[in-house]
This record gives sequence, structure tokens and C-alpha cells, in this order.
Amino acid sequence: MTASPDFPVLDVSGLSIALDNDGVQVPITQDVSFSIARGEVLALVGESGSGKSLTALSLLQLLGHGLSVVAGQIQFQARDGGRTDIARLGRSGHAIEALRGARIGMIFQEPMSSFSPIHTIGAQIAEVVEVHEKVGRKEARRRAADLLGKVGIPDPVGALDRYPAQFSGGMRQRAMIARALVCGPSLLIADEPTTALDVTIQGQILELLRALKRELGMAILFITHDLGIVAQMADRVAIMYSGRIVESGPVRDIFRHPAHPYTRALLDAVPRLGDIDRGRRIQPIAGSIPNIFEVPGGCRFHPRCPVAVLPRCAASAPPRHSSGRHEVECIHGETELAP
Amino acid sequence: MSDLLTVEHLSVRFPIRSGAVWSKVVGHVTAVDDVSFTIAHGETLGLVGESGSGKTSLGQAVLRGHEPAAGRVTLDIDGRRIAITSMGKTELREARRHMQMIFQDPYASLNPRMTVRDILSEPLIAGAARGERLSRTQIDARVVDIATKCGLSRDQLNRFPHAFSGGQRQRIAIARALVLKPALVVCDEPISSLDVSIQAQVLNLLAELQETLGLTYLFIAHDLAAVAYVCDRVAVMYLGQIVELGTTRQVYYSPKHPYTEALMSAVPEPDPDSTRRPILLAGERPDPAHPPTGCRFNTRCLHATETCRAVMPPLRPLGDGHFAACHYAETLELRGALALGAAATATA
Repeated sequence: MTASPDFPVLDVSGLSIALDNDGVQVPITQDVSFSIARGEVLALVGESGSGKSLTALSLLQLLGHGLSVVAGQIQFQARDGGRTDIARLGRSGHAIEALRGARIGMIFQEPMSSFSPIHTIGAQIAEVVEVHEKVGRKEARRRAADLLGKVGIPDPVGALDRYPAQFSGGMRQRAMIARALVCGPSLLIADEPTTALDVTIQGQILELLRALKRELGMAILFITHDLGIVAQMADRVAIMYSGRIVESGPVRDIFRHPAHPYTRALLDAVPRLGDIDRGRRIQPIAGSIPNIFEVPGGCRFHPRCPVAVLPRCAASAPPRHSSGRHEVECIHGETELAP
Repeated sequence: MSDLLTVEHLSVRFPIRSGAVWSKVVGHVTAVDDVSFTIAHGETLGLVGESGSGKTSLGQAVLRGHEPAAGRVTLDIDGRRIAITSMGKTELREARRHMQMIFQDPYASLNPRMTVRDILSEPLIAGAARGERLSRTQIDARVVDIATKCGLSRDQLNRFPHAFSGGQRQRIAIARALVLKPALVVCDEPISSLDVSIQAQVLNLLAELQETLGLTYLFIAHDLAAVAYVCDRVAVMYLGQIVELGTTRQVYYSPKHPYTEALMSAVPEPDPDSTRRPILLAGERPDPAHPPTGCRFNTRCLHATETCRAVMPPLRPLGDGHFAACHYAETLELRGALALGAAATATA
């Protein structure tokens, strides 16, 4: 069986995650759908509490205690053509463990806490190869050194025997990328991989991810709140607000013709290096992000929305409109999407 | 405009200890190395740099949160010069009312067991113990006044910090810093833990309060784009030293230090058609305990020469209040934010 070119690497549809709160299911995300093709970067954008990181964790069945996928599918197709609905797999067991770390790699925000401090970098990367492929220790170490070189760590063979604490933040993040890539995954999930890094190091890591995408043709799910990174990295963008994807589309459509009032407000709130005239104020979004126990009825953004139509927006969920690949959930959607 | 704050040759050193039980001091890290600058009344000076550049240590040393190893800090309050660095403990406590700090993490900086009213009253009660006697009603009036100015409602005063979101907590922290009517406020990364939609609220609040209360800010941040909105002048730090200082326009649009250019180039522009690409600096930031000889940036600089490796360039004036610490500040053709490909949006 070979990979079908029409089928995306990842196709998530109708994904809902809920928190079990003393027997009551509190919805965290609702009806989340997106897909990523080979060689494509999808940016999942949202502020804290939007559900973007939990969505990422659910893709590897890594949701924490009390959280579970209650609806939807997570169709994953690896390079060898094997197709799996990850939503049907358990949290442990052979099926998910064969994907996790091998066909799907993941990098996290905090490189310090995702490495064991008492094992060498080399051992922690080689372990991934040994677990997933039938190779000896020597071959695994060679592969680890090879990847460390690829992500730009000087003296990769020497680096194998060093401990995470001996690495700087940028080097640890590179090592984590090496570990995520060592088995040649079809999909890389990157959850805010540069947030903890300095801006010059962030630039290096983003360049590295871009080059690896080109070279290896990986699909990348890039989770971030930074619209600057989105603009520079993504092919397509999905904007999350309070557990729902409110708008999605190709990166240029999102930045040039944002159709959802929340997307527009976010773009207006972002400071830009170009306009430094003191006195020009950035436009804040009034109010704050709803917490999961007090989600507003109707459209979740309506209490903060400058163009809300009351009582309609408060009463019923907004309709979904789409024009080709650009989709939006808003009562103004139809007019906003007009070309 | 006269200067409110004058910092001269300030240095901060931290001991490096070895051994867990009988620890010995085996050396020192110079976190801030011979830094001088001034801030005028009502002005905002931005202090930008990456982690380990010494910007937070410098901010704290200005308030004597860390005891500086050398140098002088002077405040000018109503024409009276207050020498912060040569004061005794009691005097310093009294002088601290003129200078306050806002911290990065509003989850860690507010006492969870105190109501907002108590948090905001405490500085006034502590002040009363040092001479300024205020009645309960006076204290309450001051608290309500500053809370309102910071966008908090009267009925929120009886709640505890956990009932507030990150942005609202930062409003509480700002109100606490301002309740003593300080002249100087050191803002240490006040927005970096907040969401984008909330960052703008806090930045605008800080700008508003500056206007109405005549505040002077030392604004420490690593987010260059955000800094530009609130700062009149900007100082760029690298490994404990100021490498460039000038108006925001000078530093952002015509940088004179290669590090400033590299920093600007690395800020991702929220525009998919931006042509700006990061200038990739060679290597890693050197260990601050063992800074390179000569110019501290020479190990990563694309333009470094033998001179740079041997001689440390001083921060020197280039005219119009623009300063840079580079031997080649006049000859290098560096690109600013615009030339690097930042699209200026229409200014309202």
C-alpha cells in the first residue's frame, strides 16, 4: 500500500474534547476540523485557553487526567500508506506507541523539562530509534549524531555524550527537534517551539524548520499565538477562539482579508516594527477570554465583538460560511468572504 | 526637560559559588558593566536585550533591589537631588516611595491571601508608619482613586487575586505600584506573560497613566515591536553593556550597532509578504562569566576585525543624542526596521 496523494497526512474532523468535572462533561473544544497535506504547514493560532494545545495533545492521545476526546475523528496517513483513526486508539498500547515519536514527532515549548536531566542527549535521542526500529545501539547513536548535525549542533558526535544542562536553550531546542525527527516522521507537531527562546535564536530555529520541511516534505502543525511567526511559517492558518475554529484559510487570505471580527481584532492588536510613531495606539480587544466554565451562549466572541448583532449573536451559534478554502463562522461571513 | 534619573557607571556583580555545603565564591559574573544613562521627567526609556543581557539586573540595581558593585544613581524630585546609591537603609526605605516596580508575572507578584483593597492599601499603611499619617478614609479614597484610574471597579476591591484574569491582575499590580504616587516606575516585562489581545490594553493603560500622572518609565522588555509603542528612547543591551542608545526612531530606523540590526531582523513581521529575514548570528551568546575580550559582540558579529577582538569600543556619541558602542558606527551600512522589510501601516 502506498500513500494516496489525495489524502492528507492528517485529517481531523468534528473533534471535541471534554473535561470530566465530577461526572459532568465540560466541553473544552467543539467540532474542530482541519487537515494538513504533505509538505504543508498549518498554523493553529489562539490565545491562552483557546484549546489549541489540548487539540495538539489529543492528536497523540496525550491528554491529561480527566480530559478525553468525546467526538470526532483523527485520520492519520503515514508515508507508507498506513491509515489510522487516532481518536479510536487508547492512550497506551502498541498502536499509539508505534505512531508517537516515530511517525508523528512532537516538539514542546520548554526544552528543559522535556529532556531527562540524568541521561545524555545522545542516549535520549538514540532511545527513540531503538524503541521504534530494530537497530542496534551503535546504529542508533550514529543516527542520533547525524540528526544533531542536521539541526546545526556543532560537533554532533561529542554532543551525544553531554547532558541537557550543558546545552544552552537554543541548543536544547535543536536537540529536541533532532529527537522529534530522528525516525523520519510524516507529521511534526510543534507547540510554541520558540516561545521560550530569544528572538535571534528563534530566527535560527524557524529557519531550520523551514529548511527541514523543504528537505523532508514533512507536514507541520505549528501551534502559536504569535502572528508574526504565523505569517512567516504557515501555508494555511486556523484561528481558534474559546474551543472552536472560528476562521481558517490560506495565510494570505487570513492576513489580507480576515473575515472574522476576532481575526481582525487580533491583527489590529499586534504591534508592528514598522509603525513606531509614538501616540499611535494599538487597538486592544475589550474584555477578556472566557473561561471554560462560563462560555457565552450563541457566538462565543459576541460579548467582545464590535459588530455583534444582538440578540441574534447571543441566541444562536453563528453559521459557517466558506468560499473555496477560506471558511468562517460568523453571521457576517457571507459578505466578509465576498472576493 | 531636566533629568529625573541619572545613572553613572553602574555595575552589578553576582558571585559564582561552587560546592553545595561549604560553598566558596570562585568568581564573579558582571551582569551590568559600567552603564550610564539618564531619563528625563515624563520620558520613557526602553531597555531591550535578550536573556542574560543584564536588563533586569540593571532595572533592579536602579532601585537598589540589588546592591550595585559600583556607580551612582541619582533621582531629582522637585529639584531635590536624592543620591540613591549612597543612602542608608532607613533613608532608602523612605526614598522608595518615589520609585516603584511592576513585575512580569502578575500571578506571582500578588499575595493570594490579601484582597485587592488590602494589596493596594498596604503601601500607604507602611508609608504612614514612616511619618505620612493618613486616616482610614483617606487611605480608602486613595485606593479607590488609583483603582479607578487603572480600570478596576469599586466592587472588585473586595475580591482576591485568583478571581482575576492575567490582564486584570496586571492592572492590580500597576495600581499597587502607583498608589504612592512615585515619580519613576521600572516596568520589568509588564506585558510578556499576557495574551496579544490583553497586551494592547495594558500598554495603552501605561501610556494613559503616564499622561495623567506625569510618570517616568524605565521599560524593560524583549519584545521590540511592543517597546516602540511606549518608548521615547531605547537602549539596547548585550552582555551587560549598553551597545546602542537613541530615540526610538534613530535606533529602529537607522541603527548604528550590528547587534541592533540583527535583533530587528529577527522579529517576525505579521505579514506573509514581508521580505524581512533574520540575519543569522554566528554561534551562541558567550557565557557572561567569561565575556570575550575587546568588543563583547565580536564573536558573533559579521563585521568584526582585529581591532574589535582587541579593543573594547566605548559607548560614544554620534550626534543628535544617538550613541553606539562600535568602532565602525560611522562606516557600517546597517539596515533599520523599514529597510529590512517592515511595512509601515497607515498611521492614524
